[in-house]
Amino acid sequence: MSTKVERLFLMVIAIALLAFVLAPLMLMVATSLKADEQQILLDFGNLKAFWVNPADMSLENFRQVLNDKTSPVPRYLMNSALIVVCIVFFGVFVNSLAAYALARISFPGRNFVVMGVISLIIIPMEALAVPMLLMMNQIGWVDTYQAQIVPFIAHPFSIFLFYQFFAKIPKDYDEAAYLDGATHFKIYSQIIMPLSLPAIATVSILQSLEYWNAFLWPLMVTRGANVRPVSLALAQFFGTPPPVWGDVMAFSVLMSAPILIVYLLFQRWFIQSAMGSGVKG
Amino acid sequence: MLAVRQQTALRPWLFIGPALALILLFLILPFVLTMAFSFSDQRLVPNPNVPTEWIGWRNYARIFENEDFVRTLLNTAYFTLLVVPLQCGLGLAVAMLINTKLPMRQLFRGVYFLPTIISMVVVSVIWFSLFQLDGFFNTALSSLSFGLLNPVDWLGNPKTAMPAIVLMSAWQGFPFQMVVYLAGLQSINHDLYEAARLDGANRFNEFWHVTMPGLLNTHILVVMTTTILAFKLFTQVELLTKGGPSGVTDTLVRFIYLTGFRQGKVGVAAAAAVIFFLIVLVISLIQRRLVKEERAVE
Repeated sequence: MSTKVERLFLMVIAIALLAFVLAPLMLMVATSLKADEQQILLDFGNLKAFWVNPADMSLENFRQVLNDKTSPVPRYLMNSALIVVCIVFFGVFVNSLAAYALARISFPGRNFVVMGVISLIIIPMEALAVPMLLMMNQIGWVDTYQAQIVPFIAHPFSIFLFYQFFAKIPKDYDEAAYLDGATHFKIYSQIIMPLSLPAIATVSILQSLEYWNAFLWPLMVTRGANVRPVSLALAQFFGTPPPVWGDVMAFSVLMSAPILIVYLLFQRWFIQSAMGSGVKG
Repeated sequence: MLAVRQQTALRPWLFIGPALALILLFLILPFVLTMAFSFSDQRLVPNPNVPTEWIGWRNYARIFENEDFVRTLLNTAYFTLLVVPLQCGLGLAVAMLINTKLPMRQLFRGVYFLPTIISMVVVSVIWFSLFQLDGFFNTALSSLSFGLLNPVDWLGNPKTAMPAIVLMSAWQGFPFQMVVYLAGLQSINHDLYEAARLDGANRFNEFWHVTMPGLLNTHILVVMTTTILAFKLFTQVELLTKGGPSGVTDTLVRFIYLTGFRQGKVGVAAAAAVIFFLIVLVISLIQRRLVKEERAVE
Protein backbone atom coordinates (compact mmCIF):
# COMPACT_ATOMS: atom_id res chain seq x y z
CA MET A 1 0.00 0.00 0.00
CA SER A 2 2.80 2.36 0.80
CA THR A 3 3.83 4.42 -2.17
CA LYS A 4 7.39 5.33 -3.10
CA VAL A 5 6.92 8.88 -1.80
CA GLU A 6 5.69 7.56 1.50
CA ARG A 7 8.62 5.23 1.83
CA LEU A 8 11.06 8.01 1.05
CA PHE A 9 9.35 10.21 3.62
CA LEU A 10 9.71 7.52 6.29
CA MET A 11 13.37 7.04 5.44
CA VAL A 12 14.03 10.77 5.80
CA ILE A 13 12.41 10.81 9.24
CA ALA A 14 14.29 7.70 10.26
CA ILE A 15 17.62 9.26 9.31
CA ALA A 16 16.80 12.58 10.99
CA LEU A 17 15.99 10.64 14.14
CA LEU A 18 19.23 8.74 13.78
CA ALA A 19 21.09 12.04 13.83
CA PHE A 20 19.12 13.21 16.87
CA VAL A 21 20.03 10.03 18.76
CA LEU A 22 23.64 9.76 17.63
CA ALA A 23 24.75 13.40 17.66
CA PRO A 24 25.25 13.70 21.44
CA LEU A 25 27.12 10.40 21.49
CA MET A 26 29.32 11.48 18.60
CA LEU A 27 30.02 14.73 20.41
CA MET A 28 31.23 12.73 23.40
CA VAL A 29 33.53 10.48 21.35
CA ALA A 30 34.81 13.27 19.07
CA THR A 31 35.62 15.61 21.96
CA SER A 32 37.39 12.84 23.87
CA LEU A 33 39.76 12.42 20.92
CA LYS A 34 40.70 16.11 20.61
CA ALA A 35 43.84 17.06 22.50
CA ASP A 36 43.55 20.84 22.12
CA GLU A 37 41.17 22.22 24.75
CA GLN A 38 40.94 25.61 22.98
CA GLN A 39 39.89 23.89 19.78
CA ILE A 40 37.26 21.90 21.69
CA LEU A 41 35.69 25.09 23.03
CA LEU A 42 35.67 26.64 19.54
CA ASP A 43 34.20 23.47 18.01
CA PHE A 44 31.35 23.35 20.57
CA GLY A 45 29.77 26.29 18.76
CA ASN A 46 29.41 24.57 15.40
CA LEU A 47 28.98 21.24 13.65
CA LYS A 48 32.64 20.37 14.18
CA ALA A 49 31.64 19.51 17.76
CA PHE A 50 30.29 16.20 16.46
CA TRP A 51 33.29 15.24 14.38
CA VAL A 52 36.99 14.79 14.77
CA ASN A 53 39.39 15.04 11.87
CA PRO A 54 41.13 11.64 11.69
CA ALA A 55 44.46 13.43 11.31
CA ASP A 56 43.92 15.33 14.59
CA MET A 57 42.89 12.31 16.62
CA SER A 58 44.80 11.88 19.83
CA LEU A 59 44.58 9.62 22.84
CA GLU A 60 46.14 12.28 25.04
CA ASN A 61 42.94 12.84 27.06
CA PHE A 62 42.62 9.15 27.78
CA ARG A 63 46.26 8.99 28.84
CA GLN A 64 45.71 11.92 31.20
CA VAL A 65 42.49 10.58 32.70
CA LEU A 66 43.88 7.09 33.21
CA ASN A 67 47.03 8.41 34.91
CA ASP A 68 45.35 10.98 37.12
CA LYS A 69 46.56 10.21 40.63
CA THR A 70 43.82 12.16 42.42
CA SER A 71 41.07 10.47 40.41
CA PRO A 72 42.02 6.81 39.79
CA VAL A 73 39.66 5.94 36.93
CA PRO A 74 40.77 2.28 36.60
CA ARG A 75 40.01 1.87 40.29
CA TYR A 76 36.51 3.36 39.86
CA LEU A 77 35.82 1.09 36.91
CA MET A 78 36.92 -1.96 38.90
CA ASN A 79 34.78 -0.85 41.87
CA SER A 80 31.69 -0.60 39.69
CA ALA A 81 32.47 -3.89 37.96
CA LEU A 82 32.87 -5.66 41.30
CA ILE A 83 29.64 -4.18 42.68
CA VAL A 84 27.62 -5.02 39.56
CA VAL A 85 29.00 -8.57 39.23
CA CYS A 86 28.24 -9.34 42.88
CA ILE A 87 24.72 -7.92 42.75
CA VAL A 88 23.93 -9.79 39.53
CA PHE A 89 25.53 -13.08 40.56
CA PHE A 90 24.03 -13.33 44.04
CA GLY A 91 20.85 -11.64 42.89
CA VAL A 92 20.15 -14.16 40.14
CA PHE A 93 20.72 -17.02 42.60
CA VAL A 94 18.77 -15.68 45.58
CA ASN A 95 15.83 -14.30 43.59
CA SER A 96 15.43 -17.29 41.29
CA LEU A 97 15.60 -19.68 44.23
CA ALA A 98 12.77 -17.82 45.95
CA ALA A 99 10.81 -17.65 42.69
CA TYR A 100 11.24 -21.40 42.17
CA ALA A 101 9.59 -22.15 45.51
CA LEU A 102 6.79 -19.67 44.80
CA ALA A 103 6.09 -20.90 41.28
CA ARG A 104 6.67 -24.64 41.50
CA ILE A 105 6.11 -25.88 45.06
CA SER A 106 2.68 -25.60 46.61
CA PHE A 107 2.74 -24.84 50.30
CA PRO A 108 0.53 -22.98 52.75
CA GLY A 109 1.11 -19.24 52.70
CA ARG A 110 2.41 -19.25 49.13
CA ASN A 111 -0.17 -16.86 47.68
CA PHE A 112 0.36 -14.51 50.56
CA VAL A 113 4.11 -14.37 49.89
CA VAL A 114 3.53 -13.85 46.14
CA MET A 115 1.15 -10.96 46.81
CA GLY A 116 3.60 -9.54 49.32
CA VAL A 117 6.49 -9.63 46.84
CA ILE A 118 4.39 -8.00 44.11
CA SER A 119 3.24 -5.20 46.39
CA LEU A 120 6.84 -4.49 47.45
CA ILE A 121 7.84 -3.79 43.83
CA ILE A 122 6.60 -0.22 43.93
CA ILE A 123 8.58 0.88 47.00
CA PRO A 124 11.11 3.34 45.55
CA MET A 125 14.66 3.12 46.85
CA GLU A 126 14.80 6.92 46.90
CA ALA A 127 12.26 6.96 49.74
CA LEU A 128 14.31 4.57 51.89
CA ALA A 129 17.80 5.98 51.34
CA VAL A 130 18.08 8.15 54.45
CA PRO A 131 16.99 5.55 57.06
CA MET A 132 19.09 2.97 55.22
CA LEU A 133 22.10 5.25 55.64
CA LEU A 134 21.42 5.35 59.38
CA MET A 135 21.36 1.54 59.40
CA MET A 136 24.69 1.47 57.57
CA ASN A 137 26.08 3.88 60.15
CA GLN A 138 24.94 1.57 62.95
CA ILE A 139 26.59 -1.54 61.53
CA GLY A 140 29.72 0.27 60.37
CA TRP A 141 29.17 -0.30 56.65
CA VAL A 142 29.59 3.30 55.53
CA ASP A 143 32.19 3.56 52.75
CA THR A 144 32.31 -0.18 52.04
CA TYR A 145 31.57 -2.43 49.09
CA GLN A 146 29.00 -4.44 51.01
CA ALA A 147 26.88 -1.34 51.63
CA GLN A 148 26.57 -1.04 47.86
CA ILE A 149 25.96 -4.75 47.25
CA VAL A 150 24.12 -6.57 50.04
CA PRO A 151 21.00 -4.33 50.25
CA PHE A 152 20.36 -4.79 46.52
CA ILE A 153 20.73 -8.54 46.12
CA ALA A 154 17.14 -9.46 46.96
CA HIS A 155 14.91 -7.62 44.50
CA PRO A 156 11.13 -8.11 44.43
CA PHE A 157 10.84 -7.23 40.75
CA SER A 158 13.49 -9.82 39.81
CA ILE A 159 11.64 -12.42 41.89
CA PHE A 160 8.47 -11.47 40.04
CA LEU A 161 10.16 -11.81 36.61
CA PHE A 162 11.54 -15.26 37.50
CA TYR A 163 8.20 -16.25 39.01
CA GLN A 164 6.34 -15.37 35.82
CA PHE A 165 8.83 -17.28 33.71
CA PHE A 166 8.94 -20.38 35.93
CA ALA A 167 5.16 -20.55 36.17
CA LYS A 168 4.94 -21.00 32.39
CA ILE A 169 7.29 -24.01 32.25
CA PRO A 170 5.09 -27.14 31.91
CA LYS A 171 4.75 -29.26 35.04
CA ASP A 172 5.74 -32.54 33.32
CA TYR A 173 9.32 -31.28 33.03
CA ASP A 174 10.04 -31.71 36.69
CA GLU A 175 7.33 -34.15 37.79
CA ALA A 176 9.13 -37.12 36.29
CA ALA A 177 12.40 -36.08 37.90
CA TYR A 178 10.64 -35.59 41.21
CA LEU A 179 9.14 -39.09 41.08
CA ASP A 180 12.62 -40.44 40.32
CA GLY A 181 13.68 -39.04 43.67
CA ALA A 182 15.40 -35.85 42.53
CA THR A 183 15.46 -33.15 45.19
CA HIS A 184 13.93 -29.74 44.59
CA PHE A 185 17.35 -28.19 44.51
CA LYS A 186 18.42 -30.59 41.79
CA ILE A 187 15.30 -29.83 39.74
CA TYR A 188 15.90 -26.11 40.22
CA SER A 189 19.56 -26.18 39.24
CA GLN A 190 19.50 -28.83 36.51
CA ILE A 191 16.08 -28.52 34.87
CA ILE A 192 14.47 -25.16 35.58
CA MET A 193 17.45 -22.81 35.50
CA PRO A 194 18.92 -24.11 32.22
CA LEU A 195 15.48 -23.56 30.63
CA SER A 196 15.32 -20.01 31.96
CA LEU A 197 18.15 -18.23 30.18
CA PRO A 198 15.84 -15.47 28.85
CA ALA A 199 14.71 -14.65 32.39
CA ILE A 200 18.28 -14.78 33.70
CA ALA A 201 19.39 -12.45 30.90
CA THR A 202 16.56 -9.99 31.55
CA VAL A 203 17.25 -9.81 35.28
CA SER A 204 21.02 -9.55 34.76
CA ILE A 205 20.75 -6.76 32.19
CA LEU A 206 18.24 -4.69 34.17
CA GLN A 207 20.25 -4.98 37.37
CA SER A 208 23.58 -4.29 35.63
CA LEU A 209 22.30 -1.08 34.04
CA GLU A 210 20.75 0.03 37.31
CA TYR A 211 23.89 -0.39 39.40
CA TRP A 212 26.51 0.55 36.81
CA ASN A 213 24.67 3.88 36.66
CA ALA A 214 23.81 4.16 40.38
CA PHE A 215 24.21 7.67 41.70
CA LEU A 216 22.11 8.69 44.72
CA TRP A 217 23.03 5.83 47.04
CA PRO A 218 26.82 5.91 46.39
CA LEU A 219 26.66 9.69 46.85
CA MET A 220 25.38 9.10 50.37
CA VAL A 221 27.25 5.98 51.42
CA THR A 222 30.78 6.37 49.99
CA ARG A 223 33.39 8.80 51.28
CA GLY A 224 36.70 8.34 49.46
CA ALA A 225 37.99 6.91 46.21
CA ASN A 226 38.48 3.38 47.58
CA VAL A 227 35.00 2.00 47.01
CA ARG A 228 33.48 4.80 44.91
CA PRO A 229 31.73 3.63 41.73
CA VAL A 230 32.49 5.16 38.35
CA SER A 231 29.20 7.07 37.88
CA LEU A 232 29.68 9.06 41.07
CA ALA A 233 33.38 9.56 40.33
CA LEU A 234 32.54 11.01 36.91
CA ALA A 235 29.93 13.29 38.46
CA GLN A 236 32.49 14.61 40.93
CA PHE A 237 35.19 14.94 38.29
CA PHE A 238 32.74 16.92 36.16
CA GLY A 239 31.58 19.01 39.12
CA THR A 240 35.07 20.31 39.88
CA PRO A 241 35.18 23.57 37.92
CA PRO A 242 36.23 24.50 35.38
CA PRO A 243 35.51 21.36 33.38
CA VAL A 244 38.40 20.24 31.18
CA TRP A 245 36.15 19.01 28.40
CA GLY A 246 38.62 16.66 26.71
CA ASP A 247 39.23 14.83 29.97
CA VAL A 248 35.60 14.82 31.05
CA MET A 249 34.52 13.32 27.73
CA ALA A 250 37.32 10.73 27.80
CA PHE A 251 36.12 9.74 31.28
CA SER A 252 32.56 9.52 29.94
CA VAL A 253 33.70 7.28 27.08
CA LEU A 254 35.55 5.02 29.51
CA MET A 255 32.45 4.74 31.67
CA SER A 256 30.14 4.01 28.72
CA ALA A 257 32.41 1.64 26.81
CA PRO A 258 31.83 -1.51 28.89
CA ILE A 259 28.04 -1.15 28.66
CA LEU A 260 28.22 -0.36 24.94
CA ILE A 261 30.35 -3.43 24.25
CA VAL A 262 27.97 -5.67 26.17
CA TYR A 263 25.06 -4.04 24.32
CA LEU A 264 26.63 -4.72 20.92
CA LEU A 265 27.06 -8.38 21.87
CA PHE A 266 23.62 -8.93 23.39
CA GLN A 267 21.47 -6.31 21.69
CA ARG A 268 18.42 -8.49 21.28
CA TRP A 269 18.43 -9.39 24.97
CA PHE A 270 18.65 -5.73 26.00
CA ILE A 271 15.58 -4.82 24.01
CA GLN A 272 13.70 -7.85 25.29
CA SER A 273 14.58 -7.01 28.87
CA ALA A 274 13.24 -3.49 28.39
CA MET A 275 10.00 -5.02 27.12
CA GLY A 276 10.00 -7.34 30.15
CA SER A 277 10.44 -4.44 32.53
CA GLY A 278 7.42 -2.83 30.90
CA VAL A 279 5.09 -5.14 32.78
CA LYS A 280 6.22 -3.51 36.01
CA GLY A 281 3.60 -2.04 38.31
CA MET B 1 7.63 -40.71 57.68
CA LEU B 2 7.05 -37.69 59.84
CA ALA B 3 10.67 -36.60 59.36
CA VAL B 4 10.29 -36.76 55.60
CA ARG B 5 7.11 -34.73 55.63
CA GLN B 6 8.66 -32.12 57.87
CA GLN B 7 11.56 -31.87 55.52
CA THR B 8 9.33 -31.22 52.51
CA ALA B 9 7.21 -28.72 54.43
CA LEU B 10 10.28 -26.75 55.32
CA ARG B 11 11.84 -26.95 51.86
CA PRO B 12 9.99 -24.00 50.24
CA TRP B 13 10.89 -21.75 53.16
CA LEU B 14 14.56 -22.73 52.82
CA PHE B 15 14.38 -21.61 49.19
CA ILE B 16 12.62 -18.35 50.00
CA GLY B 17 14.65 -17.78 53.15
CA PRO B 18 17.67 -15.87 51.79
CA ALA B 19 15.54 -13.50 49.69
CA LEU B 20 13.03 -13.05 52.48
CA ALA B 21 15.71 -12.28 55.08
CA LEU B 22 17.36 -9.70 52.82
CA ILE B 23 14.01 -8.12 51.94
CA LEU B 24 13.06 -7.89 55.61
CA LEU B 25 16.38 -6.27 56.49
CA PHE B 26 16.91 -3.92 53.57
CA LEU B 27 13.41 -3.13 52.34
CA ILE B 28 10.80 -3.67 55.06
CA LEU B 29 12.97 -2.46 57.93
CA PRO B 30 14.02 0.84 56.26
CA PHE B 31 10.41 1.27 55.15
CA VAL B 32 9.15 0.87 58.71
CA LEU B 33 11.96 3.16 59.92
CA THR B 34 10.95 5.81 57.37
CA MET B 35 7.39 5.70 58.71
CA ALA B 36 8.60 5.81 62.31
CA PHE B 37 11.17 8.58 61.80
CA SER B 38 8.59 10.74 60.09
CA PHE B 39 6.92 11.08 63.51
CA SER B 40 10.16 11.80 65.35
CA ASP B 41 12.92 14.42 65.47
CA GLN B 42 15.57 11.82 64.58
CA ARG B 43 18.89 13.29 63.42
CA LEU B 44 21.48 11.68 61.16
CA VAL B 45 24.19 12.20 63.79
CA PRO B 46 22.37 11.73 67.11
CA ASN B 47 23.25 14.19 69.84
CA PRO B 48 23.75 12.23 73.08
CA ASN B 49 22.48 15.17 75.14
CA VAL B 50 19.26 15.58 73.19
CA PRO B 51 17.44 12.25 72.96
CA THR B 52 15.20 11.61 69.97
CA GLU B 53 11.53 12.21 70.76
CA TRP B 54 8.20 11.44 69.19
CA ILE B 55 6.72 14.65 67.87
CA GLY B 56 3.52 13.40 66.23
CA TRP B 57 2.52 15.03 62.95
CA ARG B 58 4.80 18.04 63.42
CA ASN B 59 7.20 17.03 60.60
CA TYR B 60 4.27 16.82 58.19
CA ALA B 61 2.91 20.16 59.35
CA ARG B 62 6.38 21.59 58.98
CA ILE B 63 7.05 20.39 55.43
CA PHE B 64 3.71 21.61 54.14
CA GLU B 65 4.43 25.02 55.64
CA ASN B 66 7.93 24.86 54.14
CA GLU B 67 8.05 26.83 50.91
CA ASP B 68 11.04 24.78 49.72
CA PHE B 69 9.16 21.52 50.04
CA VAL B 70 5.99 22.78 48.36
CA ARG B 71 8.09 24.25 45.57
CA THR B 72 9.98 20.99 44.97
CA LEU B 73 6.65 19.18 44.90
CA LEU B 74 5.31 21.60 42.29
CA ASN B 75 8.56 21.52 40.29
CA THR B 76 8.49 17.74 40.20
CA ALA B 77 4.86 17.82 39.08
CA TYR B 78 5.76 20.40 36.40
CA PHE B 79 8.63 18.22 35.15
CA THR B 80 6.30 15.21 35.05
CA LEU B 81 3.61 17.14 33.20
CA LEU B 82 6.12 18.12 30.50
CA VAL B 83 8.21 14.99 30.21
CA VAL B 84 5.50 12.32 30.23
CA PRO B 85 3.65 13.46 27.07
CA LEU B 86 6.92 14.27 25.31
CA GLN B 87 8.64 11.01 26.14
CA CYS B 88 5.58 8.80 25.57
CA GLY B 89 4.66 10.65 22.36
CA LEU B 90 8.19 10.32 21.04
CA GLY B 91 8.28 6.65 22.08
CA LEU B 92 5.00 5.94 20.28
CA ALA B 93 6.00 7.87 17.14
CA VAL B 94 9.32 6.07 16.85
CA ALA B 95 7.70 2.70 17.57
CA MET B 96 5.22 3.34 14.75
CA LEU B 97 8.08 4.30 12.45
CA ILE B 98 9.92 1.05 13.16
CA ASN B 99 6.69 -0.91 12.84
CA THR B 100 6.34 0.10 9.16
CA LYS B 101 8.06 -1.60 6.23
CA LEU B 102 11.04 0.68 6.70
CA PRO B 103 14.21 -0.91 5.29
CA MET B 104 16.86 -1.84 7.87
CA ARG B 105 14.42 -1.30 10.71
CA GLN B 106 16.28 -3.74 12.99
CA LEU B 107 19.37 -1.58 12.64
CA PHE B 108 17.42 1.61 13.33
CA ARG B 109 15.80 0.04 16.37
CA GLY B 110 19.20 -1.01 17.70
CA VAL B 111 20.62 2.50 17.34
CA TYR B 112 17.52 4.28 18.68
CA PHE B 113 17.80 2.17 21.82
CA LEU B 114 21.29 3.49 22.63
CA PRO B 115 20.48 6.58 24.78
CA THR B 116 18.76 4.46 27.41
CA ILE B 117 21.85 2.37 28.15
CA ILE B 118 24.00 5.48 28.61
CA SER B 119 24.27 6.60 32.22
CA MET B 120 22.33 9.73 33.17
CA VAL B 121 25.60 11.14 34.52
CA VAL B 122 27.24 10.81 31.09
CA VAL B 123 24.14 12.17 29.36
CA SER B 124 24.15 15.19 31.66
CA VAL B 125 27.83 15.86 30.92
CA ILE B 126 27.25 15.73 27.16
CA TRP B 127 24.13 17.90 27.19
CA PHE B 128 25.77 20.40 29.52
CA SER B 129 28.19 21.18 26.72
CA LEU B 130 25.31 21.53 24.23
CA PHE B 131 23.54 23.98 26.57
CA GLN B 132 26.59 26.26 27.01
CA LEU B 133 26.23 29.93 26.09
CA ASP B 134 28.56 29.37 23.14
CA GLY B 135 27.39 25.79 22.72
CA PHE B 136 25.68 24.12 19.79
CA PHE B 137 22.06 25.00 20.64
CA ASN B 138 22.79 28.70 20.77
CA THR B 139 24.77 28.62 17.53
CA ALA B 140 21.94 26.74 15.84
CA LEU B 141 19.40 29.22 17.26
CA SER B 142 21.36 32.18 16.06
CA SER B 143 22.03 30.84 12.57
CA LEU B 144 18.43 29.65 12.12
CA SER B 145 17.17 33.12 13.08
CA PHE B 146 19.89 34.85 11.01
CA GLY B 147 21.36 36.33 14.19
CA LEU B 148 18.07 37.86 15.34
CA LEU B 149 17.77 35.80 18.50
CA ASN B 150 20.21 36.33 21.33
CA PRO B 151 21.95 33.33 22.88
CA VAL B 152 19.98 31.79 25.75
CA ASP B 153 21.52 30.64 29.01
CA TRP B 154 19.45 27.46 28.83
CA LEU B 155 20.26 26.10 32.28
CA GLY B 156 20.67 29.49 33.96
CA ASN B 157 17.40 31.06 32.89
CA PRO B 158 14.43 30.21 35.16
CA LYS B 159 12.13 29.96 32.14
CA THR B 160 14.24 27.52 30.12
CA ALA B 161 16.03 25.48 32.80
CA MET B 162 13.27 22.95 33.38
CA PRO B 163 12.31 22.55 29.69
CA ALA B 164 16.01 21.98 28.92
CA ILE B 165 16.16 19.21 31.51
CA VAL B 166 12.89 17.79 30.15
CA LEU B 167 14.30 17.63 26.62
CA MET B 168 17.47 15.92 27.78
CA SER B 169 15.57 13.44 29.95
CA ALA B 170 13.21 12.56 27.10
CA TRP B 171 16.19 11.97 24.81
CA GLN B 172 17.72 9.58 27.32
CA GLY B 173 14.50 7.83 28.29
CA PHE B 174 12.34 7.49 25.16
CA PRO B 175 13.76 4.12 23.95
CA PHE B 176 12.05 2.42 26.87
CA GLN B 177 8.64 3.75 25.83
CA MET B 178 9.49 2.94 22.20
CA VAL B 179 10.16 -0.70 22.98
CA VAL B 180 7.02 -1.16 25.09
CA TYR B 181 4.86 0.55 22.43
CA LEU B 182 6.47 -1.61 19.76
CA ALA B 183 5.37 -4.72 21.65
CA GLY B 184 1.89 -3.18 21.95
CA LEU B 185 1.69 -2.36 18.23
CA GLN B 186 2.74 -5.85 17.25
CA SER B 187 -0.01 -7.35 19.37
CA ILE B 188 -2.78 -5.50 17.49
CA ASN B 189 -4.71 -7.86 15.25
CA HIS B 190 -3.81 -7.22 11.62
CA ASP B 191 -7.33 -8.02 10.38
CA LEU B 192 -8.55 -4.82 12.05
CA TYR B 193 -6.39 -2.78 9.68
CA GLU B 194 -7.63 -4.80 6.68
CA ALA B 195 -11.22 -4.20 7.75
CA ALA B 196 -10.61 -0.49 8.23
CA ARG B 197 -9.06 -0.25 4.79
CA LEU B 198 -12.03 -2.04 3.19
CA ASP B 199 -14.23 0.56 4.87
CA GLY B 200 -12.19 3.23 3.11
CA ALA B 201 -10.30 4.50 6.14
CA ASN B 202 -7.25 6.65 5.53
CA ARG B 203 -4.06 6.52 7.57
CA PHE B 204 -5.36 9.09 10.01
CA ASN B 205 -8.63 7.19 10.61
CA GLU B 206 -6.67 3.99 11.05
CA PHE B 207 -4.53 5.62 13.71
CA TRP B 208 -7.49 6.98 15.68
CA HIS B 209 -9.85 4.05 15.32
CA VAL B 210 -7.57 1.01 15.26
CA THR B 211 -4.12 1.84 16.62
CA MET B 212 -5.04 4.07 19.55
CA PRO B 213 -7.83 1.85 20.98
CA GLY B 214 -5.67 -1.22 20.39
CA LEU B 215 -2.97 0.33 22.54
CA LEU B 216 -5.24 1.24 25.46
CA ASN B 217 -3.56 -1.04 27.98
CA THR B 218 -0.12 -0.15 26.68
CA HIS B 219 -0.93 3.55 27.09
CA ILE B 220 -1.95 3.04 30.71
CA LEU B 221 1.17 1.03 31.43
CA VAL B 222 3.58 3.38 29.66
CA VAL B 223 2.09 6.62 30.98
CA MET B 224 1.92 5.42 34.58
CA THR B 225 5.43 3.90 34.56
CA THR B 226 6.85 7.06 33.02
CA THR B 227 5.04 9.19 35.60
CA ILE B 228 6.58 7.22 38.46
CA LEU B 229 10.03 7.44 36.86
CA ALA B 230 9.58 11.19 36.36
CA PHE B 231 8.80 11.67 40.04
CA LYS B 232 12.23 10.21 40.87
CA LEU B 233 14.02 13.07 39.06
CA PHE B 234 17.33 13.72 40.79
CA THR B 235 20.60 12.91 39.00
CA GLN B 236 20.37 15.32 36.08
CA VAL B 237 19.22 18.18 38.30
CA GLU B 238 21.92 17.58 40.90
CA LEU B 239 24.55 17.60 38.16
CA LEU B 240 23.36 20.40 35.88
CA THR B 241 21.60 23.01 38.00
CA LYS B 242 21.85 22.02 41.68
CA GLY B 243 18.14 22.85 41.79
CA GLY B 244 18.65 26.35 40.41
CA PRO B 245 18.24 28.92 39.02
CA SER B 246 16.34 30.31 42.02
CA GLY B 247 15.08 26.85 42.86
CA VAL B 248 13.00 26.24 39.72
CA THR B 249 14.51 22.81 39.08
CA ASP B 250 14.68 21.59 42.66
CA THR B 251 12.88 18.27 43.06
CA LEU B 252 11.24 16.08 45.67
CA VAL B 253 14.02 13.49 45.80
CA ARG B 254 16.59 16.28 46.04
CA PHE B 255 14.66 17.74 48.98
CA ILE B 256 14.80 14.35 50.73
CA TYR B 257 18.53 14.10 49.98
CA LEU B 258 19.35 17.63 51.14
CA THR B 259 17.31 17.63 54.35
CA GLY B 260 18.11 14.05 55.34
CA PHE B 261 21.72 13.75 54.26
CA ARG B 262 23.18 17.26 54.02
CA GLN B 263 21.29 18.85 56.92
CA GLY B 264 20.87 15.62 58.88
CA LYS B 265 17.17 16.22 59.59
CA VAL B 266 16.12 12.61 59.19
CA GLY B 267 12.65 13.17 60.64
CA VAL B 268 11.75 15.88 58.14
CA ALA B 269 13.28 13.92 55.25
CA ALA B 270 11.31 10.84 56.31
CA ALA B 271 8.04 12.77 56.24
CA ALA B 272 8.88 13.98 52.73
CA ALA B 273 9.81 10.40 51.76
CA VAL B 274 6.41 9.17 53.00
CA ILE B 275 4.65 11.79 50.85
CA PHE B 276 6.84 10.71 47.92
CA PHE B 277 5.94 7.07 48.52
CA LEU B 278 2.22 7.90 48.75
CA ILE B 279 2.36 9.67 45.38
CA VAL B 280 4.00 6.62 43.77
CA LEU B 281 1.46 4.35 45.48
CA VAL B 282 -1.53 6.36 44.24
CA ILE B 283 -0.21 6.33 40.67
CA SER B 284 0.27 2.55 40.71
CA LEU B 285 -3.16 1.99 42.25
CA ILE B 286 -4.76 4.10 39.51
CA GLN B 287 -2.85 2.10 36.92
CA ARG B 288 -3.91 -1.22 38.40
CA ARG B 289 -7.52 -0.05 38.56
CA LEU B 290 -7.56 1.13 34.95
CA VAL B 291 -5.96 -2.04 33.60
CA LYS B 292 -8.38 -4.22 35.55
CA GLU B 293 -11.41 -2.35 34.25
CA GLU B 294 -10.15 -2.74 30.73
CA ARG B 295 -9.74 -6.49 31.26
CA ALA B 296 -13.22 -6.71 32.72
CA VAL B 297 -14.70 -5.08 29.61
CA GLU B 298 -13.05 -7.66 27.41
